[in-house]
Amino acid sequence: MSLQSKHMLGLQHVSDEDIITILNTANAMKDIIKRKIKKVPTLRGRTVVTLFYENSTRTKTSFDLAGKYLSADTVGLSASSSSVQKGESLIDTARTVEAMGADVVVLRHPAAGSSKMLAENINCSVINAGDGVHEHPTQALLDMFTISEHKKDFKGLKVTIVGDILHSRVARSNIWGLTKLGAEVSVVGPATMLPPKMEKMGVKVYTNMEEALAGADVVNVLRIQLERQKQGLFPSLREYSRLYGINQERLALLKDDAIILHPGPMNRGVEIVSRVADSSQAVIEEQVTNGVAVRMALLYLLTGGEKVEDVN
Amino acid sequence: MKMLIKGGDVVNPEKMNVEQLDIKVESGVITAIGNNLPVEGAQVVEADGKLVCPGLIDMHVHLREPGYEHKETIATGTKAAAQGGFTAVACMPNTNPVADNASIIRHILERSEAEGVVKVYPIAAITKGSKGDELTEMADLKSAGAVALSDDGIPVASAAVMRRAMQYANMLNLPVIPHCEDKDLVGGGVMHEGFQSTVLGLPGIPAAAEEVMVARDIILAETTGCKLHIAHVSTAGSVELVRQAKRRGVNVTCEVTPHHFTLTDEEVTGYNTNTKVNPPLRSSADVLAIKEGLADGTIDVIATDHAPHSEEEKAVEYQYAPFGLVGLETAVGLVFTELVSKGILTAPEAIAKLSLNPARVLGIKAGKLMVGETADITIIDPGAKEVINPAHLAGKSKNTPFNGRELKGLPVMTLVNGKIVMRDRRVTG
Repeated sequence: MSLQSKHMLGLQHVSDEDIITILNTANAMKDIIKRKIKKVPTLRGRTVVTLFYENSTRTKTSFDLAGKYLSADTVGLSASSSSVQKGESLIDTARTVEAMGADVVVLRHPAAGSSKMLAENINCSVINAGDGVHEHPTQALLDMFTISEHKKDFKGLKVTIVGDILHSRVARSNIWGLTKLGAEVSVVGPATMLPPKMEKMGVKVYTNMEEALAGADVVNVLRIQLERQKQGLFPSLREYSRLYGINQERLALLKDDAIILHPGPMNRGVEIVSRVADSSQAVIEEQVTNGVAVRMALLYLLTGGEKVEDVN
Repeated sequence: MKMLIKGGDVVNPEKMNVEQLDIKVESGVITAIGNNLPVEGAQVVEADGKLVCPGLIDMHVHLREPGYEHKETIATGTKAAAQGGFTAVACMPNTNPVADNASIIRHILERSEAEGVVKVYPIAAITKGSKGDELTEMADLKSAGAVALSDDGIPVASAAVMRRAMQYANMLNLPVIPHCEDKDLVGGGVMHEGFQSTVLGLPGIPAAAEEVMVARDIILAETTGCKLHIAHVSTAGSVELVRQAKRRGVNVTCEVTPHHFTLTDEEVTGYNTNTKVNPPLRSSADVLAIKEGLADGTIDVIATDHAPHSEEEKAVEYQYAPFGLVGLETAVGLVFTELVSKGILTAPEAIAKLSLNPARVLGIKAGKLMVGETADITIIDPGAKEVINPAHLAGKSKNTPFNGRELKGLPVMTLVNGKIVMRDRRVTG
């Protein structure tokens, strides 16, 4: 039941079996989170270091809690508080952390490929918590886990990802993971925010929101970064919202039992209106809980955990 | 000191032929070319089965001195050149300080005289400090020994400045060698914009970033009459723009690097920073178009854009690594392996692009094997094979993307002014 891969760098090169193993294990982990006493001794004596070169309260907290619920010692290093400020290289920082006894390093970094570089230079397991606009595998896994709780099968499932696809590591990881398990993935956004030749990743690419949403089972709404407007990628938030915002009229284009995901934090009234965000079809809070479960599953599996029954 | 290079296949890039001949060298000058020349006490170099070529010239090299001696120096860079079969290099002005005044040009020439293993032809900056604003003292630079003007690495953004630079350079008969890149279109790009950049999540550099500047500079050359040589073309569109301009009779030439006719953006998979280069490794369609451009003569010159960077500078995240790779020592092998062996160029055509053509662009007296000419000679063994090992490179920096690649067709002797500076793949000078 253990994973084929020592690291979790992205979903592009992860096997279908590993994805399924992680999702199944996350299911068991979620039971722990639901308990009154949310702690098991499974990873006692193990050390998880979160190395964050970008601000991200929610992902960092999610990893921290995932480690703590499994009794691992978790330590956080952020770029502003460490020797990074003194000009130390990423590899040297990671080697230092490893020398102090880390079993797993969780890396969030603005440069694509940084997790891979780390994995090639240290011996402990590396989890990519987002590298530039390359991949954010744990986000995609938690999205997939959330989908699996609502939909029977990924095969033939119509998933539409909306927004700034060009700058989205979440979109890329979701595309690799979902297509591996047989989902039909579409992406939609303004032409200036669609990366070239994305259809070669096995997705349909749209600029028209209505076409992209028609008959979808799942919509994953990406956060629009407000600074992209200043960079000239779209004219105004008003126009973005008009063309790509999820509202009640657009909700009607989806399958009746469609669900809405958002990786957060939301810009209410821009990419998603509150009526939709707070509707019964939105599963945004479940995603947050599932994020902890998926990260618990990964920490457990990457440190050699085999059978789910052992967790208790 | 007499030398007889015996029985080699002498390459004539002017007549585009190969003929088995002996070459006699005395006091650094070619004194006889013919059949069965008498030895008369000369040192004999057996060249049977080897190509005896006019000394190769790499017209696009970064020697990094002054200012970046941790990457390369005139001594180590010219050693790498000799190892690679080059008898001369032209060095780019993006040093620190920028080669924008006569004293720096003289400094480079003096250092080359003192420590250089091969000949060095300095290229001066187009604008002061390469800032893109004020023209350099081009006449003074020419007097000091600059052979051309370039904005390599720091493109002149203003079309008005470039137009005046071309008008002024044309008056002095100095070629302008633009590095064609619209920095706005490049944005934060670090690799070719295409499917690979989409998958890798690295910011892309669109082909248009190069092509709009190639088009601009061709139009400016057309209206000013300036001799224009476009550095390192990398896209199908650039090749086509040059092809059309040549048909119209524009005074334009261009060059391509070995890495741009060999590698594609797929090499970037794995985030090896030694694949990070500007212009970036492009698509397979671009590589194909470049090979067509080489074959039909649109591309006149093969130059390496030898750009050394230290190990520390390259051992960082891909986005933060400097652009550039070393090329002097792998160029000839790549030309023979990728172009001559595959029938894209004949040996004389390839040698023309490595000797006579760059000499003509730079207006230097070189590129021909004739009686009375200086004995700058490169001998290539078309059958010699070697697997590239960065640790064995003679240059100071080892940032090559060709680690582990086997090359066939290698320089085995380099002669500068009749003196052997490289023999049997080892620098002697």
